[in-house]
Amino acid sequence: MTDMSQPGTAAPSGKNRSSLLAADARTKRRNASERRFRLMGLIAVSIGVLALVGLLTSILGNGLSSFRQTYIALDVYLDPAKLDKSGTRDIEKIKKVTTFGYKPLIEKALVAAIEKAGVDDQGLSGKKIGAMISPEAPATLRNYVIANPDKIGETIPFDLLAGGRIDGFFKGRVTMESAALDRNTSPEQLRLAEALRDKGIVVTRFNWAFFTSPDASDTRPEAAGLGVALLGSAYMMLVVLVLALPIGVAASIYLEEFARQNWLTDLIEVNISNLAAVPSIVFGILGLAAFINFAGLPQSAPIVGGLVLTLMTLPTIIIATRAALKAVPPSIRDAALGVGASKMQTVFHHVLPLAMPGILTGTIIGLAQALGESAPLLLIGMVAFVREYPGAPPEGFFDPASALPVQVYNWTTRGDPAFVERASGAIIVLLAFLLMMNIIAIILRRRFERRW
Amino acid sequence: MFDTPHRETSVDQTEIKISARGCQVYYGDTHAIKDVSVEIEDKTVTAFIGPSGCGKSTFLRCLNRMNDTIDICRVEGDILLDGEDIYDPKVDPVQLRAKVGMVFQKPNPFPKSIYDNIAYGPRIHGLARNKAELDEIVEKSLRRGAIWNEVKDRLDAPGTGLSGGQQQRLCIARAIATEPEVLLMDEPCSALDPIATAQVEELIDELRQQYSVVIVTHSMQQAARVSQKTAFFHLGNLVEYGETGHIFTNPEDPRTESYITGRIG
Ligand SMILES: Nc1ncnc2c1ncn2[C@@H]1O[C@H](COP(=O)(O)OP(=O)(O)O)[C@@H](O)[C@H]1O
Ligand SMILES: [Mg+2]
Repeated sequence: MTDMSQPGTAAPSGKNRSSLLAADARTKRRNASERRFRLMGLIAVSIGVLALVGLLTSILGNGLSSFRQTYIALDVYLDPAKLDKSGTRDIEKIKKVTTFGYKPLIEKALVAAIEKAGVDDQGLSGKKIGAMISPEAPATLRNYVIANPDKIGETIPFDLLAGGRIDGFFKGRVTMESAALDRNTSPEQLRLAEALRDKGIVVTRFNWAFFTSPDASDTRPEAAGLGVALLGSAYMMLVVLVLALPIGVAASIYLEEFARQNWLTDLIEVNISNLAAVPSIVFGILGLAAFINFAGLPQSAPIVGGLVLTLMTLPTIIIATRAALKAVPPSIRDAALGVGASKMQTVFHHVLPLAMPGILTGTIIGLAQALGESAPLLLIGMVAFVREYPGAPPEGFFDPASALPVQVYNWTTRGDPAFVERASGAIIVLLAFLLMMNIIAIILRRRFERRW
Repeated sequence: MFDTPHRETSVDQTEIKISARGCQVYYGDTHAIKDVSVEIEDKTVTAFIGPSGCGKSTFLRCLNRMNDTIDICRVEGDILLDGEDIYDPKVDPVQLRAKVGMVFQKPNPFPKSIYDNIAYGPRIHGLARNKAELDEIVEKSLRRGAIWNEVKDRLDAPGTGLSGGQQQRLCIARAIATEPEVLLMDEPCSALDPIATAQVEELIDELRQQYSVVIVTHSMQQAARVSQKTAFFHLGNLVEYGETGHIFTNPEDPRTESYITGRIG
């Protein structure tokens, strides 16, 4: 047992005995190939990391500014001569005054504020000064008055949205040069805005409205928010969770633990695996045909979106659950059956608890997939422009709503560059949710690490 | 050592507990057990020996219908427990397994506390009316499993955290907690060290007072030490069955002799 040399490498006489201190040719070749492999791996990882960093910088660079918004703080006199000519405070008559009736009030308030602060108005006309305020502002005012008609005649402080260009100027998107070429703004307006900011009349602060307000039209990107999309996505996730988790888990348990292995179960298994690979847009077509055209459910409704996403998520959940059930050692089943537990008791008392982390991980990954899915939603009309919030569940499931990824898609198709910022902001929100869900999945996995 | 023991076997009252008649087992097309007939006595330790793959485990699993869980497995012939056919369609295998307990080759405690490992069987069979009774059953079973002293201070600790030998004794305690009449053990000591093996063997000898124990073993010494009856299986056939002392001292079949002397297996 002392001579372990391979034939040809060393003579048994010991004349050519190789030293351990010098690597032989074979070892050198092996080491070189290992080094090459490591280098390739390193390059692959670097490319991946670079792509990720590039993506994140681009999205964060474009989108982070959407979490801040420029406001103009104004004391607006709610002139009864304009808002309630009859003087009766009759709500129906007040409602007849459109946003056009409110616009002059805001204009006047801003001009007055400029005068009071002693800021040079850059020779701008009242109309041009008024154009610095978002077209959304009169609507804000009107909603306030309709809600509080008794305030007519008083002077009320408001934080009104600044126009998209002014907002863009403070975020670095709009410059003096670009403003000179822009029909919608002018360098004078920007200079005035700067002076007003120094006086504290124009302020930039955290943009809560981005999360709470609904989408806005093409001309007022500064007012566009994710509120309806967030609510719509939440409703859909609820539908998916409530339907896909029990159906998926029940189907998996039946297939894995109870069904006899025969051609039928084989066929079902193959079909489920194939379903997982079906392009999501196909599920959209199916949803359109089955839920809207056949079942007559409303378009753009979270219930339909949820149902379509449920169909899409089911294979993922079933595959993950079956894998989790398969991973439970058979000895545990034997042990339970051996002490006289029934099949059902064995599954529910012993197998399922052990498979639970895997099942939950699969479910969360399926949900994350569903949350980021846009293609099938486009087909069932969830891309519509929705400004009304869906109602509270369960009726709210049938109201029109939007969804996060579709909102991103929607905003990227619009002309105003301010919508690029909004879209990137929405992507950040979406990514934050996905990250959160994946972290939960990881924690669950760690938490219930295999205990056998 | 006890290579050729002549234990005082309870010849006085040999009650038949299980009797198999013309038992055939197929896995798909594989004929794993070929026409086996055997009578297993009550309050006796019966050892199944034979080369690996000869069908010992398969036959053992027929006795409590654990083979039902294998889709391709088919059992023919009669197996009677106290004169009743356990493969009768009216028999619920779950009820049968409460009467015929099983200990497996690899210790397989539930990933639960030691207490819950023992209490699970009594709970699902409704053997205890309240917590105090359950506590009593757990203590009694652990004592009879010869593991009480080692675990009495940590009944809440996970059963999977015990050593291999302790886990196997825990599994035995778990099996006897449901008050079975027959205890089947499939190579219960193959994963244990000699000390744990000796403890388990001692335990088996004690269990004989109350149960009919059937043990599959690869160790001829173990069979000789713990059993009163021995069955030798070869290629799915029951070659020889009789008093342990007799089988080990003068086997009738040449195959038995070559196995015992180490020429096959
Ligand atoms: N689940 C199974 N499926 C198919 N064949 C099996 C299965 N279990 C055992 N067998 C076959 O049955 C024969 C007996 O196996 P087994 O009873 O495990 O032998 P032993 O326990 O004596 O080593 C072997 O040939 C084995 O291949
Ligand atoms: Mg075996």
